[in-house]
This record gives sequence, C-alpha cells and structure tokens, in this order.
Amino acid sequence: MNEESTIKKAEQEISREHAMHLLGRMLLIRRFEEKSAELYSAMKIRGFLHLYIGEEAVAVGVMEALSPEDAVVSTYREHGHALARGVSAGSIMAEMYGKQEGCSRGRGGSMHLFDDKTRFYGGNAIVGGGLPLTVGLALADKMQGKNQVTCCFFGEGAVAEGEFHESLNLAALWKLPVLFVCENNLYAMGTALKLSESVTNLAKKAGGYNITAEAVDGMDILAVEAAAVKAAAEVRAGNGPYFIECKTYRFRAHSMFDPELYRGKAEVEEWKKRGPVVNFIQLLKDREILNDADIYELEKKAEEEIFKAVAFAEAGTLEPVEELTRFVYSKRSIS
Amino acid sequence: MNGKTETMRQLTYREAVREAIREAMQKDDRIFLMGEDVGRYGGCFAVSKGLLEEFGPERIRDTPLSEAGFVGAGIGAALGGMRPIVEIMTVNFSLLAADQILNTAATFLHMSGGLFNVPIVIRMATGGGKQLAAQHSHSLEGWYAHIPGIKVLTPGTVEDARGMLWTALEDPDPVLIFENNTLYNMKGEVPVNAGPVEIERARVRRSGADITIITYGACLFKSLDAAKILAQEGIEAEVIDLRTLRPLDSETFLNSVAKTHRALIVDEGWRSGGISAEVSARIMEKAFYELDSPVERICGAEVPMPYAKHLEEAAMPQVETIVKTVKRMVHSND
Repeated sequence: MNEESTIKKAEQEISREHAMHLLGRMLLIRRFEEKSAELYSAMKIRGFLHLYIGEEAVAVGVMEALSPEDAVVSTYREHGHALARGVSAGSIMAEMYGKQEGCSRGRGGSMHLFDDKTRFYGGNAIVGGGLPLTVGLALADKMQGKNQVTCCFFGEGAVAEGEFHESLNLAALWKLPVLFVCENNLYAMGTALKLSESVTNLAKKAGGYNITAEAVDGMDILAVEAAAVKAAAEVRAGNGPYFIECKTYRFRAHSMFDPELYRGKAEVEEWKKRGPVVNFIQLLKDREILNDADIYELEKKAEEEIFKAVAFAEAGTLEPVEELTRFVYSKRSIS
Repeated sequence: MNGKTETMRQLTYREAVREAIREAMQKDDRIFLMGEDVGRYGGCFAVSKGLLEEFGPERIRDTPLSEAGFVGAGIGAALGGMRPIVEIMTVNFSLLAADQILNTAATFLHMSGGLFNVPIVIRMATGGGKQLAAQHSHSLEGWYAHIPGIKVLTPGTVEDARGMLWTALEDPDPVLIFENNTLYNMKGEVPVNAGPVEIERARVRRSGADITIITYGACLFKSLDAAKILAQEGIEAEVIDLRTLRPLDSETFLNSVAKTHRALIVDEGWRSGGISAEVSARIMEKAFYELDSPVERICGAEVPMPYAKHLEEAAMPQVETIVKTVKRMVHSND
C-alpha cells in the first residue's frame, strides 16, 4: 500500500497540553462525523454527506502550521478542515440542517462550508476546482506584500484534473505562497489511484513542476504536523509553493450512497489498525503523556460540543422563501 | 471649431478599451490585467499594446495557456483583495475556463450565504466575420447570460467600450465583457471627460415608429445600416441596443414595442435557446396584445462557423436580410 519510502514517523517530543489539543480536535471531528451519519439516517441532514473519518490527522496536523491570517481552500469532504480551522461545530451542523444560522446560511450544505472570520474559502465540490482559486488568493497576497500562506486541501483524484496541472504550474512559475496538501486516500470515489494515474508517486509528480514535495504518513498526526510546519515555514520564507502528500484512508464509504463495491473489507480493516485516533491515543499512553481520565475528559468535551451543535441546529430557523434570490448579486457596492 | 469638436474626441474601440484599462490602473493599485499574450505580445487584438512598458510585468501579467488556471486565479485574487481584469483571447477559449466562471465565480456569493463576493472582470473577444472558422468565431454571450450570479455586458459603441469597463470594475460581483472582434477598428466619438456609464439599461440608438429592432454588439451597426435603407423607403425602424444581456432590461424594448407594435430581434448567436429567444419570450409574456405581427428573429445559422467567406456571411445576420425581413413584417397587415 505504501510503496514509497519517504514516509516519516515523527519521533518528536510532545507536551501534555499540545497532546490534549491535538487529540481533542481529532476526537471532535470523529464524533462530529459519527453524529452526522446518524443524523443523515434520521433524515435531518440530506443531499450528499462525505465523512472524514479516518483522515482526521491530516486536517488537524496541517492546521497547526497555519496562522489566523492564512487562507484555507477545501473540498466537499471538508467538515474536518472546517472544524480544525475553528469554524464552530454549531454553525456547521446548522448548515447541514439547511438553517440560516448555518455558516453558509443553509445555501451550501455539507459540501459548501464557508467562514470569513477564519478565511475558510469553502468546500469546492468540483474536484480540482479549488486549486486555481488558491493560486489567486496567494497571488493577491504576494502582490499586496502580505506574508500569508494559502493552504489548499484536495484529494488524489484531483491530480488527474487539468486544473491540478495548470495550478501547480502557475504557483511554481510565479513562486506563490501556496501550501498544497494532497489527501491521498487511494480512491477517487470508487476508482483506485493506480487505475487513474500513470505516475502514482504524487510527491514525485509535484516535483515535476519544480515544487518541493514530500510524502508523509497521513495517519500519524505528529508526522503530518511536523511536515506541515516545515512546509509552511518554507512557503512563508518566500521559497514558493510546497506540496505535501498525506497518505491516508477513509474508513467510511465515499458518501452515504456508496455501497463500497470497489474495495474489500479486509483492506479497510487493515487500514483501521493504523487509525489516526486509536494510534495516537496508544502512543500518548505508552509515553505516559495522557491517561484514561484525560481521554475520558476529551471525549466528554467533544460529546458536549456536539450536543450543543445539534441543539443549535435544531433550534435554528429556516430562511424565509421570500429571500430565495438573495446573494445572487451583492446588494452593497464596493470601493 | 464648433462646440462639438471641443467636447468630443475620436478614437477606436480598441483604443477605448485600452484607455479604460490604463486609467483604471492609474487610479487603483489593486487593478491588474492578466491573460495570454497581454504583455510582451501586446494583446491578441493589440488592446493592451504599450501597457507592459507603463505598468510592468506584475500588473500586465502574461499567463501560460491555462484558461481555467488563470481565470480561477483571477477569482482567487479578487477574493484576496485585488481587482483583476482577466482577458481571454476569444469566447471559444473561455469554455476551458467555464468551470471557474460558472461553478466558482457565479456561485461563490450565493454558496457562501453572502460571505464572499467576487469582484472580477473577465473580458473576451466574441463573434464571427473574420473567417476564423468554427473554433474562434462564435457568439456565446447569450449562452453566458443564462447564468445567474454574473453580469454580461456587450458594448457595441466606443463610448460603452470605454465606460462599461470602468463600471464593471466598480461592481462587487463577476462581470463578463464581450467585445465583438469586428468592432476593434471602429472609430467613434466619446466626450473628452468620459467616465463610467450605467450598465442597467438598454438604449434606443435610433427612434422610429414602425418596428422595433432589438440587437446588441456588432449587429447594432448592421441594424442601424438597415434602418437607414428602410428610411429611404418610408419605414422608420427603432433600433434598441440591449448593451447588457444579464441583467436584461425588458422595460426599454417593451415600451418600444408598445409604440411600434412589431419586433425583430437580430443576434449573431445561434437561434435555438439564445438570447433572442429570451427577448421574444418576454415580449410574448408582457406585450403580446401590443403586437400587430409575430415577433421574428434573425440569428446565426445553426451550424459551426464555416471558414469560406460566402458561407460565413450566409451564417451571420446581414443588412440585406434585416431590410427584407422588416419590409415583410411591416407590410404583413397590408
């Protein structure tokens, strides 16, 4: 499954406080997604629902490298990115309920979460569609002399799109401050990477654009964090874009409609053994950084936050139908 | 010297667009021009010639052949606080960026519940008449006008070519400007102190009582030429320049139809499902009982644009066809 040897197991020291923070974030995402699946079955959430379960280490690890003024561009599987970025669980849940208290006022749903306060430029549901946008955000920063990073998450499926090629070329050509984060979960919906790419070593592929690239174990939160921190520092130093391939796996189906005919249960179970949450907990216990009581505390906190988020969504209001055509054009003029 | 020559000056459509870009860039540091061959080459239609020397390669930014990439980059730059003008060589090439225009630029404000508007201006050449065949000659502005979330401007006059760009740059939302490629060399007069023009309303370019010809872009001049010929035969055609295809100003043509009781729509785009169909439908909905004869359309023939001159001419609305059609319509109740 992991033919490349560039994966790095992080061995760095980790403080108790930081461990609590990282694990807390990952648990929040995991429990939020489990709750979302439940609410989907209860028909509270409709449309497409793409769960991030199994990939939590990527979002949480990468966000550690970003500062509040940086920008994030994401995909349709973005609940984890939004939560890790600090978008409130309540506003995300309300969005999936289609309520006007949602982060996109119920106009976007699960695939289109937006937040201006955290510079979260959405869930783009066109595979590869967020990549050119990322280039532009970074271009704007560069032209305005702002030392900011634009981080773009995308799946390995996007690598086959023309927009991937165009965007990596532009970012490298113009030396733009972009952090490309490829979440390689091996399947673009149901099509395996080896069936869609002539070159399956994606870091090597990015290198072809003259972009510094490395692959990392996306199931290892500390490895992801370390790689992202190093990459973001390079980008901030003005060295142009940086590409990280996070080798990860989604434990659940592509969406709620997916019968998972394209992969075997044994493969899924094998990957679950490498689960980012379970293994991080084990590591923290082994190193005696956290104990069961700490983990119980984090679980309880996540549970409470999700309980509140659901209550917020339930109590939310529906936008009046009279407002249907709002936000097609801006009402305000700009200078 | 009369008063007119003191307050008006002559320039080409190309110069008008160039002037508008230059003035906008002088006024606002956030504005920059980006596209294929806009810098060192001077622009495919020489619109941006000389601007690289004045503003440098950061602001007159040559791009690779990556329409989706640089249109998307324009959208991102607009979100990031800049005011990009993105030039696409021709409307046919814009299809390579259709994802970014339709799925991102047009949707972003709505999808984000009003959080993120996209102040981008995308300019492109459109239309046939230069024997450039089936991949460089189409008129897809009516097709873009189908899309909510963007504005579609089709400047037909030198004054609009200059003023509409200015207005578009002040707009908080994505604006597409379609410059008909046969108009670049056209000369026209603009006021010495010309500035932005309003883009909300169609304009009556010629008054007449017998029939309303509704058109835009290069067909405006074919329609005006036809109106001159018709006038010699005692038929007074009112010619309306739509100017903006989205949002479409119905009021101006509905008022005119209420006066003339006949409507002919002249549009270079394909007939089926085109902007002319939309105009016609609105007349049916709002002014049906005003009509003395059925609404008619002269559109591009439903064929990919052919290369041979005589075939290309046959595929596009022509003055003679307009004259002939108007005569038949006006005399339909005789």
